Amino acid sequence: MKHRTEEELLAFLDGATDERAAIAAHLNECANCREELERIEGVFAALDAMPIPEPGEHFEERVWQRIAPRLGEKKTRWWEPFFVPQRMAALGGVVALVILAFFAGRITRRTAPAQEQMDAAKVRERVLVVAVGEHLGRTEMVLMELQNAPILRGEKAIDISETQRRAEDLVEENRLYRQTALKAGDQAMANTLDELERVLLDIANSPDELTAAAFETIRKRIEVQGLLFKVRVVKQGLDERKANPDAKPAENKTRITERNKV
Amino acid sequence: MREGVEMAEEVAVSDAIAVERTLGGDRDAYRVLVERHSRTVYRMAYRMMGNAHDAEDVVQEAFLRAYEKLKQFAGNANFGTWVYRIAANYAIDRLRQRNSEEAKREGSIKSGGQFLEVDPLSQVRDTSPSPERLAGSVQLAERMKAALNALSPAERTAIVMRHWDGCGIEEIAAVLNANSNATKNTVFRAVQKLRRALMPFLEEKETRAMGTEG
Repeated sequence: MKHRTEEELLAFLDGATDERAAIAAHLNECANCREELERIEGVFAALDAMPIPEPGEHFEERVWQRIAPRLGEKKTRWWEPFFVPQRMAALGGVVALVILAFFAGRITRRTAPAQEQMDAAKVRERVLVVAVGEHLGRTEMVLMELQNAPILRGEKAIDISETQRRAEDLVEENRLYRQTALKAGDQAMANTLDELERVLLDIANSPDELTAAAFETIRKRIEVQGLLFKVRVVKQGLDERKANPDAKPAENKTRITERNKV
Repeated sequence: MREGVEMAEEVAVSDAIAVERTLGGDRDAYRVLVERHSRTVYRMAYRMMGNAHDAEDVVQEAFLRAYEKLKQFAGNANFGTWVYRIAANYAIDRLRQRNSEEAKREGSIKSGGQFLEVDPLSQVRDTSPSPERLAGSVQLAERMKAALNALSPAERTAIVMRHWDGCGIEEIAAVLNANSNATKNTVFRAVQKLRRALMPFLEEKETRAMGTEG
């Protein structure tokens, strides 16, 4: 009987052979090769027995304290965050709107250069207004779904996986618009988008199935922060700007004096 | 099992968010990544370097390098796997450097007329202690440590990544900068050398066991 080589037996142990069945059949019949296999297994057992001293309870903290002073500031160009893959979809939508607005402008009228510059700025603002308006509409839907979801008596876990997936998509969009709003100097919108981002992240990072208590915590947060209300205020301001492009961006002061009840 | 996969996916998503925040200038977001992955990297680094001091150095350097190259990461893979690979690359460089420094030291001793020409692996075999001294697992661990130190940096990397961390051949090949077949051979050579180094002990144990049975 031809014995199996050490290399073949190692590959067998490693699961890295196409001859697995043939080697297994051989091992069944050949005591010599079985002993050889056991000796190789002995080496692996000895490797497994090698102790690794624990680096201590505060190891992670120590690593951070040592490297933190050596980390340079991340210098990002203003346009770089837009080209993160997850944001390309949202960016695509904005680009489509810009192209549409550009051609719409060309078809309607020719104007003087100074006027053209002003128009371009207006177009940019309008694009932001439309895109953010749509984003807020989608966010409002997610928040409303969570606020209105019924908790059945005796229900131990609530499945929010569907809402979570949508929240994940919205986080990316939200960040893009928040940065754009900051650059455009619209602090009120940026603040609301910042608050929204935190709640969306909470939803996106929660387990698929929440306990009734955890679910209630998220709901409370949406309610206490008056998020739905804020979303509606900003959205209403955007709708007005859409209807009257010359109007100033909405200030934090709002004409809505009574909080919407959900 | 499914829970494990889901948890890994959750970690990957949350890592991707932390990476993005770091790239956006939020340095504290990077702390989350350091706290989450440094212990895993430490285990691999300890097995590669053989002592806690060098292992910690590898961990720190790996996270510094990962921070500098974070733009290249761009969410294409799992951050944990990525920083692990950076650490493995750095560890193999350190091992090569250490070996070359040791070779230089030995060279200078040789020129001073005190050098005995011996293969490090044969030293491990030659200093085979008596069965009594080898009776416990502490002695086995010591012997294994010496055998691991006698491996080449590539062999040590291959056995650490393959046996302890279950990495695929392609992943190891990327760190070793070699093709798949050469990498498989390196794994095989490493096991073979460890086996030869441990043989006296393992065989003694077998003999003792047989003697006890008889």
